[in-house]
Amino acid sequence: MIGEGAIHRIGPHLNGIVGRGIGVVDGYEFSEIFEEAAARGEVWTEMALDGFIANPRGYLPGTSMVFRGIRTAEDRADLIAFLIQEGGPADAPAEAGEDTGPSPEVAAILEIDGDVAYGQYLSSECTSCHIGEGGDDIPSIRDLTPAVFIGGMVAYRSGERQHQVMNTLAGRLGDEEIAALAAYFLSENN
Amino acid sequence: MTINRRTFLGTAAAVSASLATPMIARAQSIPRVVVVGGGAGGATAAKYIARDSDGAIDVTLIEPTRSYYTCFFSNLYIGGFYEFDDLGHTYGTLASSYGVNVVHDWATAVDRDAKTVRLAGGGSLPYDRLVLSPGIDFIEDSVPGWSVAAQNKMPHAYKGGTQTQILKAQIEAMPEGGTFAMVAPPNPYRCPPGPYERISMVAHMLKDMNPTAKILVADPKANFSKQGLFEDGWQRHYPGMITRIGPDFGGGNVEVDPDAMTVTIDGVVENVDVCNVIPAQQAGLIAHAADITDGNWAPVSAYDLSSKVDPEIHVLGDAAAQGAMPKSGFSANSQAKVCANAVIAALTDGRAFPPRFANTCWSLIDTEDGVKVGATYEASDEGIVSTSSFISEVGETPETRAQTYRESLGWYDAIVEDMFG
Repeated sequence: MIGEGAIHRIGPHLNGIVGRGIGVVDGYEFSEIFEEAAARGEVWTEMALDGFIANPRGYLPGTSMVFRGIRTAEDRADLIAFLIQEGGPADAPAEAGEDTGPSPEVAAILEIDGDVAYGQYLSSECTSCHIGEGGDDIPSIRDLTPAVFIGGMVAYRSGERQHQVMNTLAGRLGDEEIAALAAYFLSENN
Repeated sequence: MTINRRTFLGTAAAVSASLATPMIARAQSIPRVVVVGGGAGGATAAKYIARDSDGAIDVTLIEPTRSYYTCFFSNLYIGGFYEFDDLGHTYGTLASSYGVNVVHDWATAVDRDAKTVRLAGGGSLPYDRLVLSPGIDFIEDSVPGWSVAAQNKMPHAYKGGTQTQILKAQIEAMPEGGTFAMVAPPNPYRCPPGPYERISMVAHMLKDMNPTAKILVADPKANFSKQGLFEDGWQRHYPGMITRIGPDFGGGNVEVDPDAMTVTIDGVVENVDVCNVIPAQQAGLIAHAADITDGNWAPVSAYDLSSKVDPEIHVLGDAAAQGAMPKSGFSANSQAKVCANAVIAALTDGRAFPPRFANTCWSLIDTEDGVKVGATYEASDEGIVSTSSFISEVGETPETRAQTYRESLGWYDAIVEDMFG
């Protein structure tokens, strides 16, 4: 989210993103690669943002952001201009709200003790299109945290996030099934 | 035929001094599954049954070719968007990582009473469950004048492999301003949008190298898959190049002469330079040999893809009459997973989960102009039925179309890994 009252959702809020340190905003749990960048004191300069937005998984391998990137330089410049305009500069204190954590719907699914074997069976529907590692055109979904995975599936199920294939597939997943998938992928990652 | 890598390794590690006796004893105590056909249905089923049964089932895959060239994406090779070599895949990982016993041979007959599959190379394989995923064969004389013997003069290019190369070479050799003809198949057939994606890819190729060439399609069907999307795309990218003659103008009344290179449509003889004949189709011949077909296809239960004639035989993909799913590689791959779960549950103490199916078919109309259609499905007593579906729309932005195309590339990489990796 960005702008007045923005909070962390699946990703951290983006107020003051331009010029702020990579992976340092309070109250958000970053992937390891961001923690490493933070430890090195790296900063979201416009150039760094441009590189990341062009190819998120190439620029910060291990990011759990499921986003292919934007190939056109002009579109990236427009997006960065928007981030500056809406999110303000980094030296002005960001008007970030409190991190409210996952939505109640996601939190409820996180509470479910997922059936790993059922999740493995269900995951065969994912592997028709999602490759195990990498994937420039359809990203791998193996390294997502349960909160990110469940958040994504809930967003596809409700239509908040739009994609014809994913809306259709997620539309018939119940909470138990999303929890089973999350449990299976977690077991595979550990 | 009971020796495979997994039983060999397992036994050799335990008792290397006296191999033969314990190996036979062990192999006979393990349920045996034989899978015929190493495509999107069979390769997936063999891998999933072997992997998910953790060695509790002995899996043999019978597939004549050592390198399998996918039929899906072969149109993109014709259009110049994909290398032929990138369509080829081998079975090494199925053997080495999952212990599937891969036999490169033809299955020629099934003895359902003895529960054995006979091989062209001699011998036969016993099974507890048989999975047939043979794809399609053509119906003889469905296009008068054409037979498989004429397939090098008038290629079908509808089973992948060298036929696709022959067709592409013929298009490249067309004289300036020449005519490419396609005889499109009647329903039901493999890959419903396939002939029309092929028309698009041929047009793409000709637009560059032979822009005054013409494309003539004789079609026995009044309507076809993604018709609005294709016709819109043809008008935008290839205006004036493509003529499709539907059944109302005699597109179903076609005869060909491969020696004279003519196509006769409703009595009118056309001289053509390339003729792609896609005949009417039926289940792969082994399904007929097993005597489990009703008409052209093998009817199956929607719940586990088991034959309605013999419940110990499962039929996947194009060869099956299962209900609402289109005959596609994606469908076969989806059905294979439901079948694998059911087979494991039937032969071991593995858990059975409810059947669920999905399919998406992507097609490329021109560079970065991709479209898709897809659906989810469930099992019912009447067959597999659709629960929800989607299709691309006319007038989508170029960005959406480019994204759809790139998505199809991602799908190809993933399904190939799902089958062979």
